[in-house]
Amino acid sequence: MAVDLNMNVLIVDDYQTMLRILRNLLRQLNFKNIDEASDGSEALKKLRAKSFGLVISDWNMEPMTGIQLLREVRADEKLKHIPFVMITAESKSENVIAAKEAGVSNYIVKPFNAETLKGKLTSVLGEF
Amino acid sequence: MATDSVDPELAARLQELGKDPGGTVKVDEVAEVVEAILATMQGDLSAVDVKLYEELESLSRFISEAKTDIAALRPDEVKDEFIPKAADELDAIVDATAEATNSIMDAVGEIEDVMSKLKGKNADKLMDATTKIYEACGFQDITGQRITKVVGALQHIEEKVDALLTAFGDEISKYKAANPKAEEPPVEEELPADEDLLHGPQMKEEAMSQDDIDALLASFD
Repeated sequence: MAVDLNMNVLIVDDYQTMLRILRNLLRQLNFKNIDEASDGSEALKKLRAKSFGLVISDWNMEPMTGIQLLREVRADEKLKHIPFVMITAESKSENVIAAKEAGVSNYIVKPFNAETLKGKLTSVLGEF
Repeated sequence: MATDSVDPELAARLQELGKDPGGTVKVDEVAEVVEAILATMQGDLSAVDVKLYEELESLSRFISEAKTDIAALRPDEVKDEFIPKAADELDAIVDATAEATNSIMDAVGEIEDVMSKLKGKNADKLMDATTKIYEACGFQDITGQRITKVVGALQHIEEKVDALLTAFGDEISKYKAANPKAEEPPVEEELPADEDLLHGPQMKEEAMSQDDIDALLASFD
């Protein structure tokens, strides 16, 4: 089944530059509706207010981190089905294990390239 | 520790210091205790007493010299001047890289506008190039995170220096009073050496604007 490129995608990062990079790369992959949040709590509000088909989140953010956001999403009946990709500079195995245990769909370590992003999104969403 | 045969005042002092194991004891307090021990060692002294006396005297001298040496390093300047300045410089790096990255992405946005009007190989080539630029711009995020870590390490050093200053009490101000800095020679009297002119980039608030520089140059005419 082809990926719905019109679905809402939420990108979460406290660095405005990274949000802009992600937005542009996703746009190049033909995603049309991209929304942004600068930390987990803002993301959670947006997720509860509108329907999203994908969350791409950083880990290190304040006040709510990416892993906390992931746990909140997976604990919420209405949100737990949403694919959640972590993009972070945290590359220790303990981080990856914690994210996996919390239910992450995929994990991308920074710095990343467009090919990696597309590959991981394909493994989560299917071919597009 | 048995303190029965020790001077009562000294015993009370030792007991007071022992109440906070692992806490910070001011160097002055250690020196005072050593001196008090030396003062109590009077009368007939055995060979062991003499040896102990010598050791304590040596310890007292060592503490005194260490106090002077550390005061001469001016840890107050490290805390008040160098660490804050280094942190400001690092913050400026983050701001400058963010600004540059955004300018690059603005320019890429304009290229993409032109690209949307093209078709075929040229459009594909431009798409590949702009994607690579976006990927490369990720350096700013990583740089920012690494610098934040360094700023955290500087804060840790600042706390340690602060503890050192507390431990030394008024030793540093005594040193400063005894060793005042030589007055800076007036600029008019002596030109700065070439190496004194290597300041590197200035912080925005300290830097001269191009207008300031133009005005300064014009003032020579």
